[in-house]
Amino acid sequence: MSPQDRFSFARLNAMIVKEFVQIRRDTLTFGMMVGIPLLQLLLFGFAINSDPKHLPTAVRDADHGTMGRAVVAAMQASKYFEITVLPETEAEVETILAEGQAQFVVTVPVDFSRRVLRGERPALLVEADATDPAATANALNALEKLAGGAVSRDLVGPFAGLRQGAAPFDLRVHRRYNPEGETAFNIVPGLMGVVLTMTMVIMTCLAVTRERERGTMEALLAMPLKPIEVMLGKILPYIVIGYIQVVFIMVTAKLVFAVPMVGSLWLLSVVTVIFITANLAVGFTFSTIAANQLQAVEMGFFFFLPSILLSGFMFPFRGMPAWAQVMGEILPLTHFLRIVRGILLKGNGAGEILSDLGALLAFLVVVCSVAIRRYRMTLD
Amino acid sequence: MTAAISVTGLTKRFSGRTVVDAIDLDVAEGQIMGFLGPNGSGKTTTIRMLCGLLRVDAGEGTCLGLDIREQTAAIKRQAGYMTQRFSLYEDMTVLENLDFTARVHGVPERRARVAEAVERMGLGDRGKQLAGQLSGGWKQRLALAACILHKPRLLLLDEPTAGVDPQARRDFWDRIHDFAADGMTVLVSTHYMDEAERCHAIAYIAYGRLVARGTVEQVTAASGLSAAAVRGHGGPGLVDRLKALPSVETTTSFGTVIHVAGHDGAALSADLETLAEQGVLTWVPEAPNLEDAFIHLMAGSHDNFAGTAS
Ligand SMILES: Nc1ncnc2c1ncn2[C@@H]1O[C@H](COP(=O)(O)OP(=O)(O)OP(=O)(O)O)[C@@H](O)[C@H]1O
Ligand SMILES: [Mg+2]
Repeated sequence: MSPQDRFSFARLNAMIVKEFVQIRRDTLTFGMMVGIPLLQLLLFGFAINSDPKHLPTAVRDADHGTMGRAVVAAMQASKYFEITVLPETEAEVETILAEGQAQFVVTVPVDFSRRVLRGERPALLVEADATDPAATANALNALEKLAGGAVSRDLVGPFAGLRQGAAPFDLRVHRRYNPEGETAFNIVPGLMGVVLTMTMVIMTCLAVTRERERGTMEALLAMPLKPIEVMLGKILPYIVIGYIQVVFIMVTAKLVFAVPMVGSLWLLSVVTVIFITANLAVGFTFSTIAANQLQAVEMGFFFFLPSILLSGFMFPFRGMPAWAQVMGEILPLTHFLRIVRGILLKGNGAGEILSDLGALLAFLVVVCSVAIRRYRMTLD
Repeated sequence: MTAAISVTGLTKRFSGRTVVDAIDLDVAEGQIMGFLGPNGSGKTTTIRMLCGLLRVDAGEGTCLGLDIREQTAAIKRQAGYMTQRFSLYEDMTVLENLDFTARVHGVPERRARVAEAVERMGLGDRGKQLAGQLSGGWKQRLALAACILHKPRLLLLDEPTAGVDPQARRDFWDRIHDFAADGMTVLVSTHYMDEAERCHAIAYIAYGRLVARGTVEQVTAASGLSAAAVRGHGGPGLVDRLKALPSVETTTSFGTVIHVAGHDGAALSADLETLAEQGVLTWVPEAPNLEDAFIHLMAGSHDNFAGTAS
């Protein structure tokens, strides 16, 4: 064996130095190397709370008596429930649940207090939006425990006898939209948004950087093409690809997971186009910033990570701290998840999804204008 | 005759470094203008500014009567630019590439025109081949085919014949003359002297500055060089001996003949005559060629550059 064939620390060292020089030049990659673990730490450490508290709760009190108020007060004291709305009618209750304004609706029926005192064990209805079972499970457990104790303080004097035996009223919990608390019902439609976010962003991300890297950008720019033409030309083909993914996921959802599809699939397809386009526009914007394909992929990943963690896909949205919720509200996936779950599980129509749809459209407009502005018509 | 290209003071800086320095260029319509200069002298950069691919830092002018700063979109529609580096899609076939270009330019009767271009460039049996799999010379032909599809009035060719075999180069230039005969204006950069000699006029750029301009005869005459053809009578080291002569600035060997050139014609004759009398060589005076002129120009501009730097 000649000496040149042997392992050389000098050569190894040369390689290491070279790599460091390159890493230092590529500030974005360097930033990512630091940023991603940091982000994960922050998100997993602080943002993620699978035991969400202070869930918005609506109370429809038709009784206006002491017993109903006692139950509500006990619920609030448990920290799981926070009374945010006081609907008057049955119709209002429906809207509140469909639009997701509240996670729970407590209905105290007429004559509730009097019937408790008579020992008739009246029903107290708690409707839960169970599209995301993880968000409601702990709260409902707590509710079962506190329900009995809640009114006992008020059962004094001649009514003290009612404290014994079964609870003085009948707590009825309706898990709406997802009665069995099937997590798959929540996750599978959500997965559609996640897959689209990941693939769509990456695909357009690469589109422009590839041109630049392969030198084809020069010929492209020498042609009479407008930025918007280039952008749309890069986006539209992928909408088709996105749609193929959607069909695939929907078929799987139906056949494998038996996910209910209550609402209009037409409405869903319209929303899906908007969502896909928004993600493609994000990718295009990234590609106008990234210097090469690797950077573009990294940026796509950088967008994907908060999307999956803060959108309510992986963890209940309401379990996140306020700052994380604000971040989540910006992300298109958050709104898309609400819309998909709303349409598929709740049977929401155009009216109920309007605010989330508006947020998606606003996102799309902002990102597109950034992309157009960033897209350079010259090589410098 | 109207000017197809007319620019003055064209300047480009890259992060503070002046790469193209106040270039004035006029190309008459229907003319073939050769654009020469050493590597890194700013040819590509100049061409890119002319067709709106790079922003102009200073200077102004027109291409086809259109302002090079403001009307780049219109220039792009009427000019064909063949890049130095192959810039068509390697993962698309010859026909797909041409079809794409034709579509972008909105060429009427697209299919017919693409077929015609394929025929004209002799790409016929390669239509279905991926552009990336073509050999270098064929890539060049494809690139030329793509940039003339929309019948541009101005052709900007950046080293179109680099790496092309002599026969193909000859065909290439015949075609360029055909285009010019049809009224197309051609600005073509090259490193080949024989190609420069086939141009109506040439512009020589060094270190970002235009240092010579005119017909081949004008440029060689302006260099003020004298030259001679030298034939040696055996014995090694003749080239070295010639180079050592103070009157000889350049030597070029062509087999048994050595071409020498220098500024001081009288001194050159005297020096060569001395050696001839010693029986070392025979010589005859000869016209200086373009290469002599360029080597001289390059040396001169290098001195200027060094002079300003110190
Ligand atoms: N995008 C850029 N950024 C920074 N410097 C550049 C850029 N493009 C070109 N340059 C520099 O400008 C100078 C001129 O380059 P240019 O490509 O115009 O030369 P050229 O005459 O075409 O050379 P060649 O004969 O090798 O093709 C070079 O020094 C080059 O390094
Ligand atoms: Mg060049």
